[in-house]
Amino acid sequence: MTATVAISLSVNGELVEASVLPRLNLADFLREHLKLTGTHLGCEHGVCGACTVRVNGDIVRSCLMLAVQTDNAKVETIEGLSDSGEIADLQSAFRERNALQCGFCTPGMLMAAQDLLQQSPTPDREQIREHLSGNYCRCTGYQAIVDAVETTARARTGRLP
Amino acid sequence: MTSEQPNPEMLSALDRPNSYIGKTVPRPNLDRLMQGRGLYVSDVELPRMAHVVFVRSPHAHARIVGIDASPAKQMPGVIAVVSGSELAAVITPWIGVLSHLKGLKSAPQSAIAIDHVCWQGEAVAAVVANSRAQAEDAAELVSVEYQELDAVTDMRAALDPATAVIHASLGDNLAFERNHDAGAVDQAFAESDEVVDAEFIFGRHTGVTLEPRAVVADWNAAEARLTIYQGTQAPHMVQNIAALHLGLKESQVRVVCKDVGGSFGIKVHIYADEMATYALSRLLRRPVKFVADRVESFNTDIHARDHRCKGKIGVKRDGTITAFEIDDLTGIGPYSMYPRTSAIEANQVVNLVGGPYVTRNYRARARVVFQNKNVMCQYRAVGHPIACSVTEGLVDLAAMKIGMDPVEIRRRNLIADNAYPCASPSGLRFEQLSHHAALSKLVQMMDYEALRAEQSTLRARNIYRGIGVASFIEVTNPSAAFYGVGGAKISSQDGVAVRLDAQGSVICQTSITEQGQGSESLTAQIVGSVLGVSMDRVRVILGDTDNTPYGGGTWASRGAGIGGEAALQATKVLRKNILDVAAAILQSTAGELDIVNNAVVTVVDGAPRIELSELARIVYFRPDTLPPGMQPELMATRHFVPREYPFAFTNGVQASWLEVDIDTGFVKLLKHWVVEDCGTIINPQLVDEQIRGGVVQGLGAALFEKCVYDERGQLTNANMADYLVPMSGEMPDIDVGHVVSPTLESELGAKGAGEAGTAGAAAAVTNAINDALKPFGAVITEIPLTPQVILTALRRI
Repeated sequence: MTATVAISLSVNGELVEASVLPRLNLADFLREHLKLTGTHLGCEHGVCGACTVRVNGDIVRSCLMLAVQTDNAKVETIEGLSDSGEIADLQSAFRERNALQCGFCTPGMLMAAQDLLQQSPTPDREQIREHLSGNYCRCTGYQAIVDAVETTARARTGRLP
Repeated sequence: MTSEQPNPEMLSALDRPNSYIGKTVPRPNLDRLMQGRGLYVSDVELPRMAHVVFVRSPHAHARIVGIDASPAKQMPGVIAVVSGSELAAVITPWIGVLSHLKGLKSAPQSAIAIDHVCWQGEAVAAVVANSRAQAEDAAELVSVEYQELDAVTDMRAALDPATAVIHASLGDNLAFERNHDAGAVDQAFAESDEVVDAEFIFGRHTGVTLEPRAVVADWNAAEARLTIYQGTQAPHMVQNIAALHLGLKESQVRVVCKDVGGSFGIKVHIYADEMATYALSRLLRRPVKFVADRVESFNTDIHARDHRCKGKIGVKRDGTITAFEIDDLTGIGPYSMYPRTSAIEANQVVNLVGGPYVTRNYRARARVVFQNKNVMCQYRAVGHPIACSVTEGLVDLAAMKIGMDPVEIRRRNLIADNAYPCASPSGLRFEQLSHHAALSKLVQMMDYEALRAEQSTLRARNIYRGIGVASFIEVTNPSAAFYGVGGAKISSQDGVAVRLDAQGSVICQTSITEQGQGSESLTAQIVGSVLGVSMDRVRVILGDTDNTPYGGGTWASRGAGIGGEAALQATKVLRKNILDVAAAILQSTAGELDIVNNAVVTVVDGAPRIELSELARIVYFRPDTLPPGMQPELMATRHFVPREYPFAFTNGVQASWLEVDIDTGFVKLLKHWVVEDCGTIINPQLVDEQIRGGVVQGLGAALFEKCVYDERGQLTNANMADYLVPMSGEMPDIDVGHVVSPTLESELGAKGAGEAGTAGAAAAVTNAINDALKPFGAVITEIPLTPQVILTALRRI
């Protein structure tokens, strides 16, 4: 067994210092070491998108990234985005539109949707569907999620719904 | 049928200020899920909790010759390595049969295999360690010696006498057979102008719940109690089964079910590895957690469908359908699943074929066979997609043969909306369906004529679009006829307890469960409406056998229809009790009082008389001021199950509009429509989203999803990269419309909507693809409709 490695990073604005095994992935680090359970594990092979978090401003699959790779990085999870209020409007649109059922995909879905809206403030429905096509949802059929993201995009850019 | 005398005041309940029934209101408690602050079983951690990893058979069929666990036991963090025979000391085996499915047989199944493995993925040993990583490391060092046996994979070959018998004690590989013969089938076919037959093939697929199955079992030796945290749809069923096989009383088992990351019928069963986890906790006297990884999910979550069904239809020149005949074969893996059994789906197929239509002539045979593949069992819309695809495929083939429009042939044969009550050819009793109203609405929503014109115009430009229509019936609100009569201890009734707390808020405990359908919301909506309180005053507690009435849970589209009615009836009693107290306090009579906006008011003028919080204060803290002999009961419990009709049948119709690329075989879904009738709608948005989600699961089966096995019984696509599910980029927008025929079995009138989407989606898509391919004379009766299947039918490959 390999020895642990010391890492230092920012998670949701807090400084975190930890000693981790090199094989530990970021998702397990967030969940098991930091008890941040909002980052969900659906497949552990980078397909389902439920573990999506932001590292240095980019969304990544935390199951495909090792914790040691986040040394000196800035990591943001659904808990951080919720507490800062950054996605309060998006969450509100999800609530109004019932854009979640079991909610397991929702943290990853919100991270991906926010990423889209930061890159492209006026996406059309096809662009929204395309951007979210790395995130599985088995409950909703996606339409409600697309509606909620579209509503948020319109509201943010001052367009009528 | 109601369990209480109708209270005249209640008849206006839906018009009251706090009426939430029929209105779209956001579900309570969504913030928890959206902020990542839910509590799924995978999040549960307990002091001294250990993790179990199962060593699973790499062979589909083999004898276990020996297991050497000693190197694994030396690994860091390992607490125990346990074999099947060791675990058998604390848990008994089971047999998944029901007595009302006559002749159904299965073999005893153990929590961990002993001597004999029957599918690739069956657990042969458990490794328990302080962390999952340590358990996985150690599991790699468990060496198991196998003697590989011939694997039975093809369901047709399974019945061949030359094929190996999987369980010698059963004599053959036939688990169940049902035959049905109604009317005069042979005569009807003989008198038909045309008879069309086809073989329909349905791939095996699976649920792919985004949160894999997970359980934490916590045996407290000092309390002699087992607490099971499990994402399940039926907590009381789990309680019963766990107690039975661990030799405990039900009162010694508590099942807690918080947030559940997807279920769809996958989590209504009890799996061997879950049983093993309960038993390991008992054996090791500490909490044990099992979370399936994705490969395990594909190999061990129940698979669904896997049918080959020969179908035949007779039709007159004028479109009259004269008879249906089917011969269905389905493969269920090596065991009939416990406790719901794997024969229910084939039984449903027999029940449902031809269901929307008038014809009385119907013959069916269904055979259920064992194979060395993962267990197949009930998944969303059990049997419905098979029955609907066969029926609606045959109807379209008949229409094609006589040159009739698919909508027209349905108009001529669907049961008339004023013909109820009546029965189907298989003997199902229908209270009230609305096929024609639904079809008319669908045709109008999709602008059928315009689509046909567009299709024709585009065809001239070598663009091949198709329209597919599929009518269906749906089994909802199941009574004891589903499981109870067969001896399974799966409750068909549900209960609700509702109480006014000391500050005038309402606490509601219900036995239905929440997996995202909106059970909490619909319960709060009903309670708020009936009681006259705002929804934010209602707190719903569910998913805990220690803290909810005994009941079935949420499956088979029963939450709203059964649990909702129990909530309505319990709240009516509470309301009466509150008004009785209010009358005493206010020196009035209950009939002169009402509850509106959280306060008791005078009926005649609506004037507020006393806030519920004040009433509660008096009852709980100053009962001495109440009249002598008055003991207010600010809590009421009622249970409900339908009795007159074994099932509340619903109906609906779907249509698909799509384009087939005849060069690549790719299908682009352009639009999908659904009209369904689930009776009283409690929350329109939730119903629509149930339907949309269901449709997309049906579309997955139609186009992408298939568990691919090789001839040795190896599942070759047990990962999310190779097993395709619908993604947002491929899915169309889905328009949903409603016809409303409330059931008279309950005061609420709600029927289910959970299966409707899945029931008809594949049939609509298949019919649309055949419609698109009509110019080429290609007919496909197989799903998933992969590019390979389509190009093969077009003879391009």
